[in-house]
Amino acid sequence: MDITTIMENNERRKERILVRITLSLALIPAAILIIIFSYVAINGMSAINPDFLLSPPHMLVEGGIFPQIIGSLCLACVCLLFAVPLGVCSAIYLAEYAPENKLTSAIRFLVECLAGIPSIVIGLFGLILLVHYMHFGVSLLSGGLSLGFMILPWTIRASEEALRSVPRSLREASLALGATKLQTIREVVLRNAFPGMITGVLLGLGKALGETAVVLLTAGSGLESFLPRSIFDPVGSLPVYIYMVSTQGRHSSTAFSKASGASFVLLTMFLIVTVSALILRNRYIRKIR
Amino acid sequence: MKIVREVENEEKQWKGMHERMVERVLQISAIFSASIVFFIVIFMIYEGFPALLLGKDFFLGMNWIPSHDEFGILPTVISTFIVGAGALLISAAIGIPAAIYLAEFSPPSLRNVLKPCIEMLVGIPSVVLGFFGLFVIVVLLREHGLGSGECIFAAWLVLAVMTFPHVVSISDDAILAVPRSLREASLALGATKLQTVREVVLPNARSGILASLILGMGNAVGETMAVLMVVGNPNVPFIPSSIFDTARVLTSTIVIEYSYAAWGSMHQHAIFALGVVLFVIVALFNIITTAIVKREVKRKWT
Repeated sequence: MDITTIMENNERRKERILVRITLSLALIPAAILIIIFSYVAINGMSAINPDFLLSPPHMLVEGGIFPQIIGSLCLACVCLLFAVPLGVCSAIYLAEYAPENKLTSAIRFLVECLAGIPSIVIGLFGLILLVHYMHFGVSLLSGGLSLGFMILPWTIRASEEALRSVPRSLREASLALGATKLQTIREVVLRNAFPGMITGVLLGLGKALGETAVVLLTAGSGLESFLPRSIFDPVGSLPVYIYMVSTQGRHSSTAFSKASGASFVLLTMFLIVTVSALILRNRYIRKIR
Repeated sequence: MKIVREVENEEKQWKGMHERMVERVLQISAIFSASIVFFIVIFMIYEGFPALLLGKDFFLGMNWIPSHDEFGILPTVISTFIVGAGALLISAAIGIPAAIYLAEFSPPSLRNVLKPCIEMLVGIPSVVLGFFGLFVIVVLLREHGLGSGECIFAAWLVLAVMTFPHVVSISDDAILAVPRSLREASLALGATKLQTVREVVLPNARSGILASLILGMGNAVGETMAVLMVVGNPNVPFIPSSIFDTARVLTSTIVIEYSYAAWGSMHQHAIFALGVVLFVIVALFNIITTAIVKREVKRKWT
């Protein structure tokens, strides 16, 4: 064998080893995902029964999580009611109307900044502005609005991308038919951007459902045993419940099963939202192509 | 004729006004969305101001003892950086090779499975990760005789899971953005695939990878629940001497103490000042990331 073949073989072996090492590292996220999901599922399933799902908690680690499930859903509703209209309107302005000037780039920069703010800081902001200065108290309204601040930049970004991906030819066809700009946006652009926007909103909803720090500071201690009667009532939520039970109640024997049951419910809700977002996006991408 | 034209004109005018009004409403909502950041900064600084005014005692003080009115944040800040940096090292050690594999070697079918997995990992509620960390990682560490098991090392592992997907997906994008022509030129010169990756692709993707790491650090520093649940939170913050020590980070201090700080007291101001410090650190990381990405774009395409 001559020397170049040996060198080539050497190189090839090195490459094979490297590919194998990087492959095994690339499989780690999938492995982590499977481990966490199956851990929560196995332990959570055994904790779940109708009584657990339909009764209120008491004494920290007894009872069920009914008010928490409803509370999480209510918070998500208030959050979406605030963030979606505002986010979609902002996105329409940025994508369709905004001239390229200083004001527009300032708006863009500030929205990007909002996306980078740690959630705990948004929680503190909600605590000071909504809970104290505006006297909303620790309540469904404060919590929902604070969550809305958190997902607003994501809603704007996703909606803007969806609007921009509507082909130019469609707009021009509509304008050529004599429609005004507003009519074009309403009838042509929005209709075509709709699935993309829904995907963005669903991903934001997934974030809001799982957020703990913001809700803990603004919406309640998580262990509320009653349903909110108005938007000014404090409200329990699944993430805060999990946090409270698994840290403060951890030395009692039932804490683990309660926390894993609640985690399982939360993960299921999160999975439904995220997976439907991903499916919708894939279908949408295929349609455009 | 004249009347018809007038009616038409009026209609057009009204329509024009309507359109302008809608545009105005949309503009106002965009400005409102943007102004939220502004309000956050103003309120946080306003509330934290009395504590920020303590100056050296606040920023360089070694003792955080609210009952004695001592609010030194240095140990907390140092712990925050230790926790963030360790988590980042772990996720970089796994994430960068993983990104190289995904971008360069992976068959499309495997890539289509792994990419959504990584996206899911980004979104997993942090409290669920904290729960997993508390009942699995912490328990494992305790059984191996490492004190209570709640320690910096446990926080590293949990945080690494959270920062790792960011590192992978941004590095992956950066590697894919290296122009095909460069790769082909290298392969045409007789370089092997491995040599091409090492000598051509990685140097060109360097700044994107760096950006992913800095962004990951920002995320790690700002993360709250998962860290809070496994890091131990001693009553008095101290500068940790081993990775199996408990620690207090900025975020966990805020969550633990906000509820029993009397309204209007220095303690409450100090907690908001912690929020300001956290905000500034994370903003710095984000600005550096943006600067790196911008500079790179300029260097390459102009």
